[in-house]
Amino acid sequence: MFAYLVRRLLLMLVTLIGISIVIFFLLRIVPGNIVDILFAAAGYVDPADKVDLEKQLGIDQPLVVQYLHWIGGLLHGDLGYSYVSEKPALQEILPRIPITARLAGLALLFSASIGIPLGVISAVKQGSRIDYALRVVSLSGLSLPSFWLGLLVLTASVAMFGQMPIFNPNPQSLGEAFATYCIPAMVVGFRSSALTMRITRSSMLEVLRQDYIRTARAKGASDAAVNYHHALKNAILPVITVIGIEAAFLIGGLIVTETVFNIPGVARFLVEAIRWRDYPIVQNLVMLIAVVVVSANFIVDMLYAVFDPRIRYTD
Amino acid sequence: MRSVWALAATAALSLLAFSTTTFAGEPKQGGILRMYHRDSPANASILEGATYSVNVPFMGVFNNLVIYDQHIAQNSPDTLRPELAESWSWSSDNKKLTFKLRQGVKWHDGKPFTSADVKCTFDLLMGKSQQKLRQNPRKAWYSEVDDVTPNGDFEISFNLKRPQPSLLAMLASGYTPIYPCHVSPADMRTHPIGTGPYKFVEFKANESIKLTRNPDYWKKGLPYLDGIEYTIIPNRSTAILAFVAGKFDMTFPTHITIPLLKDIKSQAPNAVCVVEPTNVSTNIIVNSSSAPFDNIDIRRAMSLALDRKAFVDILFEGQADVGGTMLPPPQGIWGMPKDKLQTIPGYGPDVNANREEAKKLMQRAGYGPDKHLAVKVSTRNLAEYRDPAVILIDQLKSIYIDGELDVVETANWFPKVARKDYMLGLNLTGNSVDDPDQSFYENYSCGSERNYTNYCNKEIEKLFDVQSQEIDTNKRKQLVWDIDKKLQEDVARPIIFHARAGTCWQPYVKGITIMSNSSYNGFRYEDVWLNK
Repeated sequence: MFAYLVRRLLLMLVTLIGISIVIFFLLRIVPGNIVDILFAAAGYVDPADKVDLEKQLGIDQPLVVQYLHWIGGLLHGDLGYSYVSEKPALQEILPRIPITARLAGLALLFSASIGIPLGVISAVKQGSRIDYALRVVSLSGLSLPSFWLGLLVLTASVAMFGQMPIFNPNPQSLGEAFATYCIPAMVVGFRSSALTMRITRSSMLEVLRQDYIRTARAKGASDAAVNYHHALKNAILPVITVIGIEAAFLIGGLIVTETVFNIPGVARFLVEAIRWRDYPIVQNLVMLIAVVVVSANFIVDMLYAVFDPRIRYTD
Repeated sequence: MRSVWALAATAALSLLAFSTTTFAGEPKQGGILRMYHRDSPANASILEGATYSVNVPFMGVFNNLVIYDQHIAQNSPDTLRPELAESWSWSSDNKKLTFKLRQGVKWHDGKPFTSADVKCTFDLLMGKSQQKLRQNPRKAWYSEVDDVTPNGDFEISFNLKRPQPSLLAMLASGYTPIYPCHVSPADMRTHPIGTGPYKFVEFKANESIKLTRNPDYWKKGLPYLDGIEYTIIPNRSTAILAFVAGKFDMTFPTHITIPLLKDIKSQAPNAVCVVEPTNVSTNIIVNSSSAPFDNIDIRRAMSLALDRKAFVDILFEGQADVGGTMLPPPQGIWGMPKDKLQTIPGYGPDVNANREEAKKLMQRAGYGPDKHLAVKVSTRNLAEYRDPAVILIDQLKSIYIDGELDVVETANWFPKVARKDYMLGLNLTGNSVDDPDQSFYENYSCGSERNYTNYCNKEIEKLFDVQSQEIDTNKRKQLVWDIDKKLQEDVARPIIFHARAGTCWQPYVKGITIMSNSSYNGFRYEDVWLNK
């Protein structure tokens, strides 16, 4: 097990180095840089001023030098300075992480706590009205874009309650805290809860047809014991895989949701940084996301062993 | 007779001012004005900014030497008011402008304001100081200023190479605050220090901007507000819903499109909304340095094919203006009168007749029903650019030109235009002061960095200088009209329309005036108050 862990950690390291190279060079392939954008906004360019500014920001240096400078800084905990705000990148990124982490965590929690039980109910009641209704809900969850759903929620709350659940950094009441985080989390988690529901349903249906389930029923086990103890435990592996993948994809949904609900999190900040070609912010943020995704995959792999005793990571 | 006209003009001006100003009883102290901001500005330095996204939140931090009266909607030479300068005077040859400066004014950090600060500011702007602005988009405004010389601590003179009465207009713009000598340009980008009614508190990129009342403001009793808070909400739908729900006291100025204004009025019927010209023109830039638009016939045909009224009707439900380079009257001071405008080819009301003429020009150039001219119409990937570009493409079809939309990301737009990598482009041009000097020199003079089309007519350029030096406003106006007409006839940069936009605020917000011929000069907000 230890050797496996070391191997996996080394693989993670290699993956992250590869990702850093891809991020760095892809970003430079995109036409235009911060200087182009600043001067485009001004509607003019004095070539001498442009050269001066590129020199000041260090983007006149060869790409390899810029890459090594970035990686060297990373290893020393120096993420560089934002080109736009001229503040340390770490100082810009750090306060936004808890906001997005809270939102993402709640969205995943919502996705799992709604998706798994409803998926089980849908499978157990296969062919019933409840099953059809849940399948319609799950299909709609997969079909509705989160920006549309978000705007719908905002419009409805203004029209019905005259209130607007947009971000407040210091919520004054439980209701406001709920509105600040839970409503956007539900919007972003709705799609993945639908996916979780569908995967749980199909996985459960497959398991429920197994001989050992019939045996359990024949031995007089209760429906709840059969469904949740015997069937769900065996059906959960593909669901965990999907939740792991969804954690990675969540950032896409969060960009839209953070924009619609005006949440000053990492995802919206990333979009703005890309717009400004703020390289230090973009490359460090994408690296952070890469670390989260790689770690999530690692955790999912470890969870396999916990949930399925047949899987053992031997030396 | 002249006095009757003057009286009528004053009455009209007052009416114009009253139409966009809210009045109510005795002002009350206190309260925070909550507004949303349309985007996150690059930094807090107005001198380095080139968008009103910087002026709106930060103009309240500063003072100018002179300023346009903040409660008269139309900026004009008659509405200039002293601010850090108590008075000004021109020398007899009109080449020296001297300001007497206000005494006892303090910067927000407690240091005294003197003429040295004014000199530092203009040395920075003219590129003469040791310290440099990261960007200096309005350096050209001061090309006729030889130097700025202090005479003691409270007097300063601008020595000009030649008379330029419009210098005062530039100095009154929201783009020309006075910076302190003792704070570096880099610090001014992150933590601006001014002498204005509000002190800077914090700017969290993509999140918020906060200002607080300056208790030591040199105008005693002002500002009325305890502060102003801007929440940055780039998504327009979210921002407007938040305003409707009462989260904000005011929308971002001139941020509401005409169709959206109807939505606001239906959902928040008590909101006070005004629509004013933004002094931003939508125009066509033509690459006349290469085929096919090096042919003047094709350029003229394109200009003749424009149905400007259709643009205005479709995009603004009729609420925008057709004009030349200068913003048309009544809001614009220097725009051509309608009768003169209609004598320019393509501006006449009979669109079909114009297009028949355009077709003949196209046929002379070798194009017709069997041989269409294929062109790419490049524009920025923003709705206010894309939407008129689509209409333009549709209108050009009527004269055998098949346009294809080429949308370009903002980062690539200017480099593309600068390297002339386009055939036809749809562009927006904002004017920060309603004055011909700013517009003509920036956009049409030979070699100007913002003269994207490289239009160069030495004869016209001489006229630019003549109008610029003319002291008599009426004579200058005639000259400006002639120049503007010639620019349109030369298809230098065909103007399609001048946009209008809306601003709304809750009925308890008092003392707001939206400027009617500039989007850059009306955000000092020192006597805005909340009637709560």
